[in-house]
Amino acid sequence: MECVWCNKKIYPNVTWSTFLYPEKLAPLCHSCQGELRWIERADCIDCGRQYKDGAKKESNRCQDCNRRRETSQQFLTKNRSVFQYNEQLQPMITKWKYRGDYCLIEAFRAPVQEGFKTYFSDLNADTIAVPIPLSPQRLQERAFNQAEAIAQLLPLPTCELLKRVHGEKQSKRSRKERLEASNPFQLFKSTNKPVLLIDDIYTTGTTLQQAAEILIQSGCPEVSSYTLAR
Amino acid sequence: MLFSFRKKKDDFSYLPSSDKSLSDLAQDRFDIPSLSHTLSGKLFLREELPLKSHQLETLQQEQFIQTIPSITTNPNHCRRCGNTQTSLFGEIPCARCNSTHIYCRNCIEMGRVLQCEELYYWTGPKPTYSIPNEICAWEGKLTGAQQLAADRICQTIDQAKEELLCWAVCGAGKTEMLFPAITKAIIAGKRICLATPRADVVRELFPRFQQAFPHITITALYGGAEKRDAPSQLTLATTHQLIRFADAFDVMIIDEIDAFPYHADPLLPYVTKRAATKQAAFIYLTATPRKELKLRSDNGKLPTVFVPIRYHGQPLPEPQFIISLNLKNTLENYGLPKTFWNWYHNRTQANRQLLIFVPTVDHSNQLSQTLQKQLPGQNIAAVHADDSEREEKIQQFRNKQLFILFSTTILERGVTFPSVDVVVLDAGHDVFDQAALVQIAGRAGRSADDPTGDVIFIHDGKTNAMIDAKRMISQMNQKARKL
Repeated sequence: MECVWCNKKIYPNVTWSTFLYPEKLAPLCHSCQGELRWIERADCIDCGRQYKDGAKKESNRCQDCNRRRETSQQFLTKNRSVFQYNEQLQPMITKWKYRGDYCLIEAFRAPVQEGFKTYFSDLNADTIAVPIPLSPQRLQERAFNQAEAIAQLLPLPTCELLKRVHGEKQSKRSRKERLEASNPFQLFKSTNKPVLLIDDIYTTGTTLQQAAEILIQSGCPEVSSYTLAR
Repeated sequence: MLFSFRKKKDDFSYLPSSDKSLSDLAQDRFDIPSLSHTLSGKLFLREELPLKSHQLETLQQEQFIQTIPSITTNPNHCRRCGNTQTSLFGEIPCARCNSTHIYCRNCIEMGRVLQCEELYYWTGPKPTYSIPNEICAWEGKLTGAQQLAADRICQTIDQAKEELLCWAVCGAGKTEMLFPAITKAIIAGKRICLATPRADVVRELFPRFQQAFPHITITALYGGAEKRDAPSQLTLATTHQLIRFADAFDVMIIDEIDAFPYHADPLLPYVTKRAATKQAAFIYLTATPRKELKLRSDNGKLPTVFVPIRYHGQPLPEPQFIISLNLKNTLENYGLPKTFWNWYHNRTQANRQLLIFVPTVDHSNQLSQTLQKQLPGQNIAAVHADDSEREEKIQQFRNKQLFILFSTTILERGVTFPSVDVVVLDAGHDVFDQAALVQIAGRAGRSADDPTGDVIFIHDGKTNAMIDAKRMISQMNQKARKL
């Protein structure tokens, strides 16, 4: 089998035990896998941010989340993410999402499922997964929704509750523009079940907060979020 | 493989034919000449076409644009890049057509090809070019050997389906030899492509061609500096960029045909062949042809012209082999072998800069640090393929701000320094094949002011590659003496 990222052949280890019970081959080769870094601790209990090693931790919430709490802009119960958005992951997500190399989801399958078990073991039993939608134009362009692809890896029922209005790509805006931008989402269907929002990258959290705001206002009891990277 | 051209796999009959004449309707509504310049000879994805849907509809009704399926199955075959490797096709639950189907992962960097899409191909009139009065502004004079080769190239491009191998030593002045033939092809209204596997060759040739052909629009295509404009009459491109072309060029010149990745990737010869018209002439330029090409040349199946002598008329420096028995040990401890120092202290021209080739990136970085400690007065640096400061370091070496430069095989070709001695540490290593060693040896003695230079292969056991490389160089020198 070939590594989904570098396309080099992956050779299985042959020992007596793997000979008898063949290992399941990982989708990434050893060197590509090695560069991916998990987020190991949630230094901010709200957004799941991990400070750089050695950074001083003053409270268990980060500045952004504290500010949001003070202005009652905090709509998410919590956010958790799987990977650090580093130099290995960034080109992988770019190729997956913008170039549209759908198969790369295989590289994320096991980590996303494992992370879900770790972070959301206490999740309410009737929680539904809601992927952040793309605008119809963008969906046509990409031919798949990356958030939906992640949501389908989880053992939760997936539901489309939101619609997105076509606009500038989030990644093309500056931090300030993002924080000030008006809400791009509209309610499509309301729900009375708790919701887990799914997206690919958590940067400032604005997108997820905006989506959560709409869901909360329409009567959803609780909204958390889970992303592939931050 | 390189000359699998005529095998069944390279069947381009899927390209629609183009014998449609202008209808009044289309002429009124479209600027057909300009469209044919932009669209002719390329395979487009829908989003790459600069046309609104009603325009496209009319052009399709007129059969000026036809479509072909993008991916055929059983076995899978991407019509754009020619990929047939199963692991390089992925499945996607497509939101456009609401079904799950395959897409090509091989050429995805140039825009994804989905199975549910079609490729668009211009079958309207071919573009015509306005030809300026003065074409070639190059005023230099070709040497005898260069002139001979230039004449053969000129003859070849006149004939349909002809091929010519131009086997010219490193530093023969290959580019200048092309100018007469290109001038001739431009006058004949032909479309010319100079393709090469390496982007840095395109970057280097582009300004030289612009100077030589100041009144001709030249398109340079390579990854990173991707220009979307129409291919002009003269196109310089990496072979990779030819993935988008079909039946476009009347003259196809492939420079450094033996360089990576052309010989390693069977798709590149495929797309190169497809990018040329059925009647096209092919010119292959190289100093170190690989086996297949050499075999065909030796058997007389491929017309060949030799340029065995450099433009300055001096023979190629032949490599000296120096054995160093504990080389592997010394290198593992990131030290330089004694034999290197013996040679270094007895150099005839101690003011020449030093270019040292090592097998790995790790060696390049570590050894440059070791040497810096031993020669604190000298400026020493190391480059490798992923080095972000590569260009700057090469420039500094050219400006003589650096005295010693360590390099992996990336500097084996395409770079010219006027006056250097060349050392290969562990010349027996696998990365140094015959072509690489000949090219490396070809870095020495490039300028007319200092036409010689030492070429030292330090090894712990001769390899065939080393012996063959030396033989190839001395054969060329023999040929040159007979001129």
